[in-house]
Amino acid sequence: MSPTETWTLFAAMGLVTLALRASFVLLQERLSFAPIVRRALTYVPPAVLAAIVAPALFSSGAASLGPVDARLPAALVALAVAWRTKSVLATLGAGMTLLWALTAVAARVG
Amino acid sequence: MTFSRSAFLSGFRDVAPMMLGVAPFGMITGVSAASVGLSPLEAIGMSVLVFAGASQLAAIALIGQGAGVAVILLTTFMVNLRMAMYSASLAPWLRPLSAPARTGLAYLMTDQAYAFSILRFRREPGTPRRDYYLGVAAPLWLLWQVATALGAVAGAQVPPSWQLDFAIPLTFLALLAPAVRDRPGLLAAVVGGGLALALRGLPFNLGLVVGSLLGIAAGTVAERWWAPAPPPVRTEDRAR
Repeated sequence: MSPTETWTLFAAMGLVTLALRASFVLLQERLSFAPIVRRALTYVPPAVLAAIVAPALFSSGAASLGPVDARLPAALVALAVAWRTKSVLATLGAGMTLLWALTAVAARVG
Repeated sequence: MTFSRSAFLSGFRDVAPMMLGVAPFGMITGVSAASVGLSPLEAIGMSVLVFAGASQLAAIALIGQGAGVAVILLTTFMVNLRMAMYSASLAPWLRPLSAPARTGLAYLMTDQAYAFSILRFRREPGTPRRDYYLGVAAPLWLLWQVATALGAVAGAQVPPSWQLDFAIPLTFLALLAPAVRDRPGLLAAVVGGGLALALRGLPFNLGLVVGSLLGIAAGTVAERWWAPAPPPVRTEDRAR
């Protein structure tokens, strides 16, 4: 890819992304939300956040504990911490600590 | 409109812990860009023009495979389609702002800026919204630019054995927990996450889009079954 093509591609990617981001925020005067749409928007955060996070928990590359990826148990504990504390730092601390511990154990056992 | 420093700082305080996850992600993106032959200047330009990590990483991978421009743009559209949903969700809250201001805020939109803002606006509708949003979004923008530039220039600084990329799903888990407020919300999360997981082999990150849309649909339908109580008055309604 030539430098010109590369920069054109990045500019086009930027326009596509900005169009998606600005879509409803800019056109809202011309769009009226039906009640069902406004109800549906309530469920955007849980559905999308879960859809982003779920596949990432099973990504390869982490230490394998037999059939179980070390990331999954670490994530489940982190989710419990997130639920209890609502704290990002506590969630990060618990998840990373457990991941490192499980990885160390797997390295010793394996 | 006067600038509310306290709202900006409040947003900054909320997003600060997320930076632990964003910094390595940005550096990984910069390192990946370098690995497929993009110059540091090109990597920086991509981050400024696009400013959307997952789609940048996807595009970098596709450039490495020699994919065409059309495929890369379609992938960008698919991976960032959720931004249109965020846009629709935030639109009623940003309505009082001018079109240029809304465009500027839209450019800064991220998963984090959306999630923190919508949670805060619902909890405290009186929040100075532009400045809270900026407090979340602007520091992330700056960090993203610095981190991708560092990654592109210096290469991998942190050994992969630290697995710092795991900080990204962890931060999203921390946001997911308070976003699930009732049983339909839980169903939306289970359906969205389950389908995205089951369909993660689909190209263009379509699993994310399909899972999200069906999760939203599941929550909306379930609300009819589970919530006979009168719906709470939302500020979106009151604002009209």
